[in-house]
Order: sequence, then C-alpha cells, then structure tokens
Amino acid sequence: MLPPEPIYLDYAATTPVDGRVLEVMAPYFSHTFGNTSSIHLYGQKAEAALEAARESVAKGLHCNPNEVVFTSCGSESDNLALRGTALAGLKQRGANHLLISPVEHHAVSRTVQQLADLHGFELEYLPVDGYGCVDPDEVKRRLRPTTAIVSIIYANNEIGSINPIAEIGAICRNADIPFHTDAVQAAAYLSVDVESLNVDLLAIGAHKFYGPKGVGALYVRSGTPLLPTLTGGGQESGRRAGTHNTAYIAGMACAFELAQEERALRSQALQTMRDHLIGRVLESIPESRLTGHPEQRLPNHASFVFHHVDGNALLMMLDLEGFACSSGSACKTGDPEPSEVLTAIGLPRDWALGSLRVTLGSGTTPDHIYKFTESLPDIVRRQRELTT
Amino acid sequence: MKDTSRRVVVALSGGVDSSVAAALLVQQGFQVIGMMMRLWSEPGHENENRCCTPDSMAMARRVAAHLNIPFYAVDAQNVFYKTVVSFFAQGYAQGVTPNPCLVCNRHIRWEYLLNHARAAGADYMATGHYARLRQDDKGLVQLLRAVDESKDQSYVLHVLGQAQLRQALFPLGEYSKPQVRQLARDFGLPVAERSESQDLCFLGTDDYRAFLKRQQNDLINPGVIRHIDGHKLGEHQGLAFYTIGQRKGLGISSAKPLYVLEKDIEQNALIVGEEEYLGNDELVADNINWISGEPPASSKRLEVKIRYKAAYAWAKITPSGNNQAAVQFEHRMRDITPGQAAVFYDDQVCLGGGIIQNLREQT
Repeated sequence: MLPPEPIYLDYAATTPVDGRVLEVMAPYFSHTFGNTSSIHLYGQKAEAALEAARESVAKGLHCNPNEVVFTSCGSESDNLALRGTALAGLKQRGANHLLISPVEHHAVSRTVQQLADLHGFELEYLPVDGYGCVDPDEVKRRLRPTTAIVSIIYANNEIGSINPIAEIGAICRNADIPFHTDAVQAAAYLSVDVESLNVDLLAIGAHKFYGPKGVGALYVRSGTPLLPTLTGGGQESGRRAGTHNTAYIAGMACAFELAQEERALRSQALQTMRDHLIGRVLESIPESRLTGHPEQRLPNHASFVFHHVDGNALLMMLDLEGFACSSGSACKTGDPEPSEVLTAIGLPRDWALGSLRVTLGSGTTPDHIYKFTESLPDIVRRQRELTT
Repeated sequence: MKDTSRRVVVALSGGVDSSVAAALLVQQGFQVIGMMMRLWSEPGHENENRCCTPDSMAMARRVAAHLNIPFYAVDAQNVFYKTVVSFFAQGYAQGVTPNPCLVCNRHIRWEYLLNHARAAGADYMATGHYARLRQDDKGLVQLLRAVDESKDQSYVLHVLGQAQLRQALFPLGEYSKPQVRQLARDFGLPVAERSESQDLCFLGTDDYRAFLKRQQNDLINPGVIRHIDGHKLGEHQGLAFYTIGQRKGLGISSAKPLYVLEKDIEQNALIVGEEEYLGNDELVADNINWISGEPPASSKRLEVKIRYKAAYAWAKITPSGNNQAAVQFEHRMRDITPGQAAVFYDDQVCLGGGIIQNLREQT
C-alpha cells in the first residue's frame, strides 16, 4: 500500500530507540524487576540501577545527582517546574507574576494559562523577534520582585531557533528569580550544562535523543522552591511520587550519555545535509521562506512556510509520496488554526497555514535529502493548485 | 482480478457504510486511502456534529488501521460553512425548505474532497452511498438506484455529472443494509454495531429551528397566519419554522384541520387552508442537472421523487431552456416543497433533477 520504506524526516517528533539503549533497558523488565522502595535485595538492585542512572544524568547536566528528578516525560517535567515553582513562590513570598515567551511548547504555555486561571497569577508574555528569539534586555526590563518564575524555551520545536539561555539565566540569577528552560528539543544536540546555562530548572524527555518514550527528567537547582504536583510516596525526595520506572530511567541515562559523547559527531553530519536541504528548498520553490533563525538553530532542524499552501494537505501528499514530515505542531484533526509560534513571529495567516518542518536524525542519508528535495517542488505546486 | 495500480480515496465517516465500502475496495485489490473531512460545527456544539465528532474521527482511524490503509483528515470547515451552512440559512430566509445534503454532495464531497483525492494521485473516489453505476452503450456513466430500495441514495447523488461519476465508485450499491452489517462483522470492523446517522450533520442533536434561532435570529420574524380566503387566523413565529403540508403546531383553532399551504415572503404571511386546498399536480424545477449532460429531446413520462424519502410518482417531464423543467403529475401531490429536489427516474436509471421552485413564481 504505502511505499515499503517511507523516509522518516520527523526526528523532532520522536526518535527510534538506540539499540545500545534497548540492551541496557532489557534486564529491568523481568530480571532486575524490583521496586526501588523495597527493603529486600530485589529492591536494592533496582535502587542501585536507579541511582547509577541519576548519577549519569547528573554528569551530563553538570549538577549533583540529588538535583535530578525523574518524571514520565518532558511535558511532566515542564509541568512540575512551572506549577511546582510558581505555587511555592506564591505560598512563600506572595509571588504572583509569570514571565514567559510566546513561543513556548504547549506543555509550558497551557500550564501557565491554567495557573493564571485557577490561582490568579498575572501572565506576561515577552516579545520575540522575527526568529522567535527573546532579547535578554526585555527579560531584565520586565522582571519584578513578585515574579514567581521565568520560563523560556531553549530551542524551539517548531522553528528550531535557539534562545540566549545563559544570558537570560544570568539576569534572573542576579534578581534571584527562578528561571526554567524547556530543553526537550535542545538536549539532543546542544550542551545542557546547567552551570554555564545559569538555569534553576531544565526539562528533558528521553525519546527526543534515541531513548524510550514515557520518561523524562527535571533538573532542580538545590534551593529552588518546588511543591510536588504528583503527591504520594516519598520517591525523588518527595518531589515526585510514583514507583520508579527503572528500565526506562536506565534507558534514558544511557541515551543521554551517548548524546553527550556523540554530540559533535551527530551535529556535524546532520548540519551539512540540513544546510543543503534548506538551500535546495528555498531556491527551487517560489514563495517559500525559512522560519526561525538561519544560524542560531538546531543542527538537524529545517522549517519552512509556503505561501498559499494547506500545510495539512501538504503533509498528506508527502506521506503518500513516502516522506514522513510534520507541520511543526502535531495536529491530526484537520483543524487548520495557524500555529501560535508562527503567529508570534509575525507571519500572516496565508503564510502560517503552509508550514513544514523537516528534522533529520540517525537514519538520514544524503540520498534521502536528494529524493526529498527532488520531490517537494512538484508536491507544493500540486498542493497550490488545489488551494486556489 | 486484483489490480493494485488503481488508487482510490474512500470518504470515511466512522460509520458502518463507508467502513465496509473501504473494506470491499481493499478486498478487490485497490490501493485504498481513507480521508475524512472536518466539517463546520457550530461553536460550542463541536461534539454533536453527527459525522465528524472527535469520536467519529477516532473510529475512522481505527477502521483505517484495521484495514492497514493510510488515513488523513482534510479540513473543510470554511468551505462547508460558506457553501452549505449559509445556503441552508439563506434558503429559509427565502421561504423555501433547503436540502443542504445536495449542496454538500455537489460542492464539498464531489468537488472539494474529489480535488484532494485527485491531488493524492487517486484514480477514483468512493463513498458508502447506496447507489449503482453503469456505463451505457455510448460510454456515458449512468447512476442507478441501489438494489436495496429502502436505502437507495441516488436522490442525493443526482447532482453529479459525468466528470465526477467517471471517477466515482459506490461499492455498496449491490448490497442490502443487513448484508452490509454482516460484511462489517465478517471484516472484523469495529463499527459493525454502530447506529445509523441521520438528519443534517451540522445540526447536532437539535432540530433546525433551534439552530436557526441561534445562528440567524434576524431571519425569525413573527407575522400573520392567513387563511387562503384572506382572513386572519393568528400569528406565526417565523416562516422558517413551518413546512408545506404541516398541520400540527400552528397554534390556531378551527372547525376543520388546517394545513400550511404556502409562505408569502413579501407579506411575511403563512397561508393555511383546509385539506382540499392542499397540494398541486404540477411544479417547476430549476437548476436542473441532467446526469448525461443533455436534457431529453422531448417530453417524457418518468417517475419522480420530490423528497429523499418520498414515494415515486409518475409525471410528464417537459424540459425547457434555462435548465428548467415543467413536471405534470398524474395524481395530485400533497407536499410539494419548494427548496427540495425533484429527481427523475427512468426505471432504475436516475436521469437527474432540479430544485422545486416557489409556487408563487410558477404562474
């Protein structure tokens, strides 16, 4: 039915699990299966694996192991960071101001929206430039003594732009205001050294860097106020209840370690192909634009808008031609609201609806890029004929 | 014969019929692609739209996964609102009883979606409609009644022309509804026991009166109810709320039962009268689509359906210029309703049809 091997170009959505990671995970399903909280030997073995994983993740983040909280995914990490810190700030010092960028992932933007709705926080959005980047001076200008938390995405999922996190972090540090960054996309390709980034909280999710889905972590700088949002047992030093998913946590630790070791290698190979792809697309397709920053962007990430194209229908046609891509924000329902991110960077509706995100990864070859760039112009042309 | 080089898009709805249509085409060896349109829903009533609720879409996805075919949602909200919903409201404003399914079939399913199917490289588009197709000796595609008379949907398909029918497939036309349900079970489709959808998809669980009140309140002007002999009988709540032939719910008392005979838009008056005034033995249909592309050369005695669920009635059809036709029935028809379609049949073959004109304009 479908072409036998559709070419996968959606690594920002998710990645396949690395074979080495899978091997590390295997024993914890049925052999070393104990509950990390149990007294007996089964529990002790599982706990040892858990703490080894914590140490390994901490090494990648350049932090202490007790500053790593394991969660079920990147979204949960973002939720815990924002809800946990905002509510603690409200309780401890009456802080009721939230400062975020308008290009956050929904895991952040919808969480702060709920905090505003339910708890009366005042929500303030920072301006962004045409690449979706935040100016650190704007953060400085808007910080208040009552700011509960500042949250700015490290590398944008839709348009790939990288924010100056270290500079913003230094400003927040000076003012003694908690600073969170969503590093879910960034962790696969950028340094997540929390010391040089000056962050207090940082979220990652394993499946973006060849680990399994369903596991993530939140870095919480020691001393950062945080109320648990998942209450129950005392796991994770009372910061996140729930029986540990040892196999997945071990898998994430392995995948994270590999991402640190192989970062330069992975980035280099992909960036060459990515640059070629961007060049070919922009020169072969009329009325096309790159979205996001041309240089300060994830090395595997290309994103475009095409004027007068229905992005969802474009994805359908690409899929039928054997290319698995994304519009940038996951939407399968056929509801074509222009993305908030593309609106925030100032794109008009007739451009923003025609978005395409192409993200490369471990399985991508120059031949894939060749085939893709050869096919895309005709598909866009046919799609435009349909729209008009 | 298996021919996997032919690609067909099936318009899935998450219901039994379209799911079985897709399964039959897979079985026949087509390359099948499922598509489902996201149609307009009234804001605040998104979960009520009968054919594209999140539930229906999830069901269609499950069916596609079960059949191992790709599935895509196609946005049609704007085009559906502009074409179908506003047509529906405007029809009532003009005092007729519009049939939005006809407009949807012509402009949404068989134009907008068909274009998407063509762009996806499809040779055909299929739906779960009960109707049959046949090629005549001149190479023209004929639209035929379904084998299951009780489910026949050729009435709503009479708006299609040769260009569309040449690319159309109706895999259910030869089956009865019970057979289709059995096929759904045999194919292991998760939809086998789902209930029938009916009524207008975008009206959700309401009747059209509540919908019009919310959406087009300016159209709802109370006015006078007048007997056909001229005297005033009472007040109506808005012409859109009444249909020709209606007896109940008029809110007037009378020795003999009174029926809605006519809507006088200019006077905003509802004209009623006793049973003997009801009905007519002729009508004029406008905007006629002749499926073959050509009207019959002369008057013809044909069977006519004046509503989707009406019985066939014999009449003499006389085509005239401007895509019109005069229809002279052999018996008096009680409920000729302007805005609905009169569809013409030569035995099994649906020849086409047109929109019944307002009685006032027929003189």
